[in-house]
Amino acid sequence: MANVLELQSVRKAFGSEVVLNNLSLQVPEHTATVLIGASGSGKSTLLRCINLLETIDDGQIFLDGLEITDPAIKVDDVRRRLGMVFQSFNLFPHKTVLENITLAPIKVQNKSVEEARDLAIKLLSRFDLADKADEYPDRLSGGQQQRVAIIRSLAVNPRLLLLDEITSALDPVLVNEVLSIVRDLKHDGMTMVLATHEMGFATQVADEVCFLESGNILERGSAEQVLKNPSNPKTQEFLKRVHQAGRL
Amino acid sequence: MSEKKTSAWSPSSRELDRRALRRKLSRKQSLIAAVSSVLVLGTLTIILITSPGWEVVKATFFDIQYGKEVFPTVVKGLWINLQLTFFGGIAIGVIAMGLALLRTTKSPALTPFRFLATAYVDIFRGAPLILIILLVGFGVPALRLQGISSNVIVLGTIAVVLTYSAYVAEVIRSGILSIHPSQRAAARSLGLTSGQTMRFVVLPQALRRVVPPLLNDFVSLLKDTGLVSILGVTDAVRAAQINASRTFNYTPYVVAAILFLLITIPMTRYTDRAIRQRTQAQNSEGAI
Repeated sequence: MANVLELQSVRKAFGSEVVLNNLSLQVPEHTATVLIGASGSGKSTLLRCINLLETIDDGQIFLDGLEITDPAIKVDDVRRRLGMVFQSFNLFPHKTVLENITLAPIKVQNKSVEEARDLAIKLLSRFDLADKADEYPDRLSGGQQQRVAIIRSLAVNPRLLLLDEITSALDPVLVNEVLSIVRDLKHDGMTMVLATHEMGFATQVADEVCFLESGNILERGSAEQVLKNPSNPKTQEFLKRVHQAGRL
Repeated sequence: MSEKKTSAWSPSSRELDRRALRRKLSRKQSLIAAVSSVLVLGTLTIILITSPGWEVVKATFFDIQYGKEVFPTVVKGLWINLQLTFFGGIAIGVIAMGLALLRTTKSPALTPFRFLATAYVDIFRGAPLILIILLVGFGVPALRLQGISSNVIVLGTIAVVLTYSAYVAEVIRSGILSIHPSQRAAARSLGLTSGQTMRFVVLPQALRRVVPPLLNDFVSLLKDTGLVSILGVTDAVRAAQINASRTFNYTPYVVAAILFLLITIPMTRYTDRAIRQRTQAQNSEGAI
């Protein structure tokens, strides 16, 4: 299987604080890579670097074999092939659900309004949100908003989906409706990189789990291996704390 | 929220009693408000009209007969103020938008323009409007340049536009800066260019936010068009001044003031309402 995404010795620092340190990662096609680790361990920064929202300080990132950290590359072209979902949804409050979803297909992919609309309605229906098409985001529950945000990123048919703690701003009841979409996408063969605190969910979807600690992947392997039988003492310590917080 | 239950409900006798009591209390409060208003305002009126100088004040400022006489010329002048506000307002909107976009752009090719826009705003926001009017209105014709209008109305409008573009540009810019960076990140993540992000995501939200301060500036603009009278434009202020200096009766000024107030008070009321609605909308915006 070809790697959709490959990171080689990536380094990122904010001032004197090194957030990603010599980090390497391969994400093969149709797999889900789950990033776990304490807040501040570099999960979000890693995703933002892949999306070129942050510029890395050293190393290389490849998307389908093409180096996207090449300064001469067209950033907008790279982002067109990536989908990103944020912890805080970031829907556009002045646009309806439908307009949120069709904006990029119309303006970026130059689809016709009808075509973009049909695709959006199809996606909304699939995730039981068709009746919300003409609502504004502030009329939706958090779970509905996040599902719309996922659909919005799917509408541009991304090669790789980046999910940044997408359930952290939701109450436990709403978490599941969002995660079930991700399970469906995994089932469809979408290639994904996710940062999450939901260990149970990680077990269900992850092909590989990476434990990040101070900017490095300390332990990686199958969910079974990393979450059930961690070998690194720091991973053990982290999972023990998660367990105590009742999240496993 | 939208579902309504249509089950038969009729208020209990306790609720009916409560409503009756509320009505009674509210009647009592209205009565107190009425009595106190009549007392206070009545007393003030009596003090005013029985004071020794009242007759002179009335004759000098509130000569109704003279007011009626000058009314048509003042209204004709006011029409110039309104035209100036309308056409100036359009020009200000266009220029201010350009300045605000230039000041918020990060494009390297536009760096010199960004610098010029900043200098422009600094100068015209900082200098007194009346100075700019004098400079443009009297200074520009003195250059005797070909093709430059020497019409004082045009020159006056240009001066007002120069200054107000700087004010309005800053208001729009503050609106642009108030949009959370996460909105930009979301738009860019979808592959939108920075220009598309500005046009479809940032600006629509920013302009909605700055509508109330822009309405405020619009009211100020209408008032400040009165300043072009110093160039000799026969606007409402000038028309009043001509009449007042002829008769030494200042009723024309009062007429002009009342005419301005008739327009600006409803506008400021409307602005206040817009601000209130904006605040309420913001409170219900939730997680953005």
